[in-house]
Amino acid sequence: MDAFTTPFLTGTATGAILLLAALGLSLTFGQMGVINMAHGEFLMAGAYAAYATQQVITGAGISIVFAIPVAFLIAGLLGLFLEASIIQWMYKRPLDTLLVTVGVSMVLQQAAKDIFGAQGDPVKPPSWLSGGIKVFGYNWPYRQAFTIVLALGVLAGLNAVLKYSPFGRQIRATVQNRELAETMGVSTRKVDRITFFLGSGMAGVGGVAIALISGTNPTLGGTYIIPAFLVVVAGGLGQLKGTLIAAWVVGVATAFLTDWTSGSMAQVISFALVVVFLQLRPQGLFTVRTRSLA
Amino acid sequence: MTTTSITDAGPNKFSPAYLLKTYGALIGIAVVAVVLLVWAPSSLSTFRLGNLGKYCAWALAAVGIGLAWGRGGMLVMGQGVFFGLGGYAMAMHMKLEAAGPGNVPDFMVLYGNGTMPGWWGPFRSGAFTLFAIIALPVVVSFILGYAILKRRVKGAYFAILTQALAVAFSTLLIATIKQTGGFNGLNTFTKVFGQNMYDPAVKKDLYLVAAALLILCMLVAWQLYRSRYGELLVATRDAEERIRFLGYDPANIKLVAFVVAAVMASIGGALFAPLAGIISPSNVDATASILLLAGVALGGRAGLFGAALGAIAVGYGQSTLSEQFPTQWTYFQGALFIVVMLFLPGGIASLWKKISAALPKRSAKPEVAGAGATSTTVPEVVA
Repeated sequence: MDAFTTPFLTGTATGAILLLAALGLSLTFGQMGVINMAHGEFLMAGAYAAYATQQVITGAGISIVFAIPVAFLIAGLLGLFLEASIIQWMYKRPLDTLLVTVGVSMVLQQAAKDIFGAQGDPVKPPSWLSGGIKVFGYNWPYRQAFTIVLALGVLAGLNAVLKYSPFGRQIRATVQNRELAETMGVSTRKVDRITFFLGSGMAGVGGVAIALISGTNPTLGGTYIIPAFLVVVAGGLGQLKGTLIAAWVVGVATAFLTDWTSGSMAQVISFALVVVFLQLRPQGLFTVRTRSLA
Repeated sequence: MTTTSITDAGPNKFSPAYLLKTYGALIGIAVVAVVLLVWAPSSLSTFRLGNLGKYCAWALAAVGIGLAWGRGGMLVMGQGVFFGLGGYAMAMHMKLEAAGPGNVPDFMVLYGNGTMPGWWGPFRSGAFTLFAIIALPVVVSFILGYAILKRRVKGAYFAILTQALAVAFSTLLIATIKQTGGFNGLNTFTKVFGQNMYDPAVKKDLYLVAAALLILCMLVAWQLYRSRYGELLVATRDAEERIRFLGYDPANIKLVAFVVAAVMASIGGALFAPLAGIISPSNVDATASILLLAGVALGGRAGLFGAALGAIAVGYGQSTLSEQFPTQWTYFQGALFIVVMLFLPGGIASLWKKISAALPKRSAKPEVAGAGATSTTVPEVVA
């Protein structure tokens, strides 16, 4: 049983982090067509926010509770700044945003190295998250369970905002038909900015989860950005359920493949699987149906 | 104005303006050829020549990127993979030459049990190695390109998938230490095709081969750009659906550019390995692939010279500045992407066009067509 439960549960936790990373990507990509390669660095910013919070509020038990909103705010503001300073000038050239944000990610990574040092810093998990629970003989760390709860909580919150709040309606209207939304009085500029803030903020929350599991590291964004993008590609745009399922499948599949072969082979095989999957469904799992040709 | 447009489009194929517009790029290639093949070997030291050879190897990959990205609109973020295929094929051959007939490369004894994997065997033959340098990237890029492009995966999706390929490739290399040397890659070569690599004359020849192949690839790209195929490729970039409705298959058009770009990158890699004396995962991973893009973006992605000369410039910056100022170089590199893509998406090659557009017109006569024609040829020659 252990050969099944261990990769399954670990993979689900990885999937939860991927979900937090991919939600923001999927939002900004789906709504504005912007590909933000610096999104991984927002994860990193969230992780360092957790670390910095712990330096100020030393009690490990309480600091994580504060770290989550702090990380959300810091990463969100970084995203907002990125949008206002660079990306807003490039909406007409979506593919070029990819390379601009590659540059941004280089700068942010080096900045983190200069500020916090090239070595990673550990983040102490609170006492109520140390230890684990026995699941079919596998001692499942609470931290992983906490990650899953955190991701599902953020997903539920985002879903509620999109579905029930007036602002969420504006986002959905902008995604479905930008021009029509504008004629109806929606300020799509404002909507874009807030979407960027929300998406980056969620990555920051994901960063807290990463910091709890593996500590901080200036280059941690780079390890998550490609899998997160594969999740977005496989899940399809503009649909939360596609991202959720894809993140979970990619996380669990990678964990099983790692268990059966090795970490690096797992990466290669999961890449191949995504390419094969795109043969079957080029638009991803779910997608908003439009009449456009693209 | 009317007269100029008639001479431009008309049958007078011997007017100086027409000749300059059509064959002006050849003059530029000739200038580059003279600089690389005549001036550089006579005035640079062997060490500097070797470095220039490395930049030429990068520039070879960059010319391919210019074709795929600048003309074809495919943002190829994983050219390091094809660079690596050629580089590793060449390095394996040199490793086997260094080991001598019947022996296995040194690192296999060091990390493994001294047995050579079967797929290394054919690389003992120089002819097979040369064949593999062309055939491997063709096969890999064709399969991948066919799978992705035929399903109309494009734009950012395409870019992400190519980058994921580079990540997977370098991870695989690092993991297979017993077969590919792992993180250290393949190094300490002694011979290349029977020639002693420590001989300065051989080093110079290696450089000349790299420079000559770069010129050759630029000529190939020049011919492709002005051919009917080149026009189709640009049309596909700009309006893929329209091309489809006209009866072409955009996937095939883009696939050709992707495969040609892969072969050029592979040739570059095959020259890089002997010139640099090493090929390792850090030469072929996602970061290296992005660095290849940096040169193309800086020089100008759509032009013939922008890509090649931009890559040489970035290569020079990389190897000189990054050793002295590693931290600042990273910032600079990031800032380069931001500034170039934000303000100058056409690269330095488009600078002249921008400046001339911003300058007040000297004459009151509207010479729009004439100004456009000169500004497309002049910066290419200058760059």
